[in-house]
Amino acid sequence: MSDLKAFAAEVREWLEANCPEEMRKPITGDKDLCWGGRNWEFQSDAQKVWLDRMVAKGWTVPTWPKEYGGAGLSRAEEIILKKEMARIGARSPLSSFGIWMLGPALLKFGTEEQKLEHLPPVARGEIRWCQGYSEPSAGSDLASLATKCEDKGDHFMVNGQKVWTSYADKADWIFCLVRTDNTGKKHHGISFVLFDMETPGVEARPIKLISGRSPFCETFFEDVRVEKKNLVGTRDRGWDVAKYLLTHEREMIGGQGQLEGQGRPLHEIAAGSLGIEDGKLADPMLRSKVAEAEIDDWAFSLTVSRKLAEAKAGASLGADSSMLKYYGTELNKRKYELMMDATGHDGLEWESDRSNDGKLARSWLRTKGNSIEGGTSEVQLNIISKHILQLPGA
Amino acid sequence: MALVLNEDEVMLRDTAEGFFAEKAPIKALRSLRDERDETGFDRGLWAEMAEMGFTGVVIDEDHGGVDMGFMAAGLIAEQMGRNLSASPFLSTAILAATAIREGGTDEQKSEWLPKIAGGEAIIALALDEGPKHHPAGTSATAEKSGNGFKLSGAKAMVVDGHVADALIIAARTSGDEGDAEGISLFIVDPKSKGVSTERTIMVDSRNAARIDLDDVEVSGDALLGSLDDGMAVLGKVLNAGRAAVAAELLGAGSQAFESTVSYIKERKQFGSIIGEFQALQHRASHLYSEMEIARSAVMGALTALDNNDPKAELYCAMAKAKLGSVAKLASQEGVQMHGGVGMTDEYDIGLFMKRIRVLQELFGDAHYHMNQFALANRF
Ligand SMILES: Cc1cc2nc3c(=O)[nH]c(=O)nc-3n(C[C@H](O)[C@H](O)[C@H](O)COP(=O)(O)OP(=O)(O)OC[C@H]3O[C@@H](n4cnc5c(N)ncnc54)[C@H](O)[C@@H]3O)c2cc1C
Repeated sequence: MSDLKAFAAEVREWLEANCPEEMRKPITGDKDLCWGGRNWEFQSDAQKVWLDRMVAKGWTVPTWPKEYGGAGLSRAEEIILKKEMARIGARSPLSSFGIWMLGPALLKFGTEEQKLEHLPPVARGEIRWCQGYSEPSAGSDLASLATKCEDKGDHFMVNGQKVWTSYADKADWIFCLVRTDNTGKKHHGISFVLFDMETPGVEARPIKLISGRSPFCETFFEDVRVEKKNLVGTRDRGWDVAKYLLTHEREMIGGQGQLEGQGRPLHEIAAGSLGIEDGKLADPMLRSKVAEAEIDDWAFSLTVSRKLAEAKAGASLGADSSMLKYYGTELNKRKYELMMDATGHDGLEWESDRSNDGKLARSWLRTKGNSIEGGTSEVQLNIISKHILQLPGA
Repeated sequence: MALVLNEDEVMLRDTAEGFFAEKAPIKALRSLRDERDETGFDRGLWAEMAEMGFTGVVIDEDHGGVDMGFMAAGLIAEQMGRNLSASPFLSTAILAATAIREGGTDEQKSEWLPKIAGGEAIIALALDEGPKHHPAGTSATAEKSGNGFKLSGAKAMVVDGHVADALIIAARTSGDEGDAEGISLFIVDPKSKGVSTERTIMVDSRNAARIDLDDVEVSGDALLGSLDDGMAVLGKVLNAGRAAVAAELLGAGSQAFESTVSYIKERKQFGSIIGEFQALQHRASHLYSEMEIARSAVMGALTALDNNDPKAELYCAMAKAKLGSVAKLASQEGVQMHGGVGMTDEYDIGLFMKRIRVLQELFGDAHYHMNQFALANRF
């Protein structure tokens, strides 16, 4: 215990000295996130300094082993680090699919060479990754994917199309599910490969979303050459890698509303808009829904901590990641609906300085994707039914 | 915040699990009910709970307890919830023990705490008066009379009040109905002149009492805690009670949920096991998620109590609100997914629905605690 206390004190002191003031301000939009990558333009010097310092400590990926760019922290130490960061409102130095998704999968399934080649650049924010899973005909039924991957002797050749590929137009590399065999059952014959988005034959076309932004793309592959050393796990058995990665993705998406929760609480937004009468939010019907959502939010955040504490450092939560993803995203949607209810006419403004260019309305729309991306809510419920409740036919 | 059980706690849980499943299973409640048992619980069971140390779980060792704290109390309550075990654990081992421990004089502590720990005294809290939980709404009065007080008023939903050896009565010594201040607590012998007790058998086959107080004379040393500031003690008692009830709700809700899942894995219709229907699968999986969130809420509240967390009251409100609605959902979905048999007395699911209905009402339902939560957050 005293070791952890000492660690907490050390972390606190280091953060105080090293986290730039500007990086302690609440995140106001996408632009405040640092995604890194070859073409990343830092929003400010502070953003760069903060990333560099955290990279030097190995704290962009605190639980990863040191040789891969991490700090080798235990789960308990990681929790302390997160708490201390939250205490001063420190922003995450790096947002990254490489950290949240690819990293855990490579740590489990990658060869030593693959880990040494790909993990340190992820930890340092030098290479930005995107996820090539979904296809036009393979969404919830992901295992029916058809992007073709042929063995050409010394290399593979990939042809096909992905869709909803978030940030494909900005990413440097892609982790991609491809079909290496289509003679057996659909879960067989899938392989997990990595390639550079600058490889000839790769094209990403942004798709505009209801929020007006274009963070995801249709991604086309025409005779794309992939090196054999970039196959992760066993050929034709990529589904195991894919599923394992999804548990981490879901854990991350489920906890996202919690991160945003560090901004102004729902009841403050509601009070600011509707006013307080006799110590109570002026709209009594809305008031009880706000209280209920905040109670759920609190109990949910305890659940995230509980599940992480139950799992060993770096271990996957398994099917419970589906529970967190389902509950967290549905809750987040509920909170945003209530924010829209509370802010009324003001929340509807789309293009104005007053509304920070429709920040709330756009975020509200964006949350609708939370229960779709990474597997829909219905799919998560199917997974809980099958793997946790073990219901027949699920 | 410790949200994962340590080794001692796992051991206690396993012990309690085996104990209640063996000694006080659901069929024990059925026979108490069917035989119209006078007491409404098995005194032999209570004596065994004392031997196990359960009765003294929040009583310090100097007074004969085992002082294991609220997480331990919650683990015991949870197992009682799973088995629908009837006992005065809540009234006596949680509410009265906390009240006397927090507010009692040395004499009161030495008189009562060893008896509670030893399973020799049953003590009931007489607080609420109207149809809903409302501590500040206390209108029973205690007027100064000589060296003592004279109590008058009417109390309802006094859990285990029909067999209590002592009552802890909340009465107004100043202020008006609706004020949190001006309430005082008294330890009163139910056999005193002017106390009349009506046993009220509740929907869950458990017992409470309506108690009328008609100029009941008590001496000055019956006062528990400070005059006019009974809320200081009562606040802690209610936190403990709410957390323990939330833990019992967790047990009852979990059992209702699990037996429903078992049922839909067996029952066949349309040539299929009904658990194959996605409409039921999704409802069951949603409930699983809610139960997991609910468990964290309970563990959070119990830990906050053990840590003397300054936000303990809010934690307990959160847990009671969450469990009130989630356990209710578990019992409602349970009955529905059982179909016709869910409506029969023979199946246990209905008994869970009844017990959960009572527990969610005790010391504030979900609406009450949502309101408290909002007020505490100034909205
Ligand atoms: C914001 C956003 C970002 C994304 N980013 C990426 C990314 O970076 N990379 C990537 O590969 N993909 C990404 N996706 C794609 C995402 O994973 C898919 O959209 C998702 O898996 C659903 O597939 P679909 O869109 O084809 O919907 P469908 O599968 O067609 O689903 C339509 C509806 O049918 C329901 N449904 C389908 N099957 C069942 C079933 N068996 N039981 C009950 N209901 C069912 C679904 O729940 C849904 O409500 C992203 C999506 C969004 C919204």
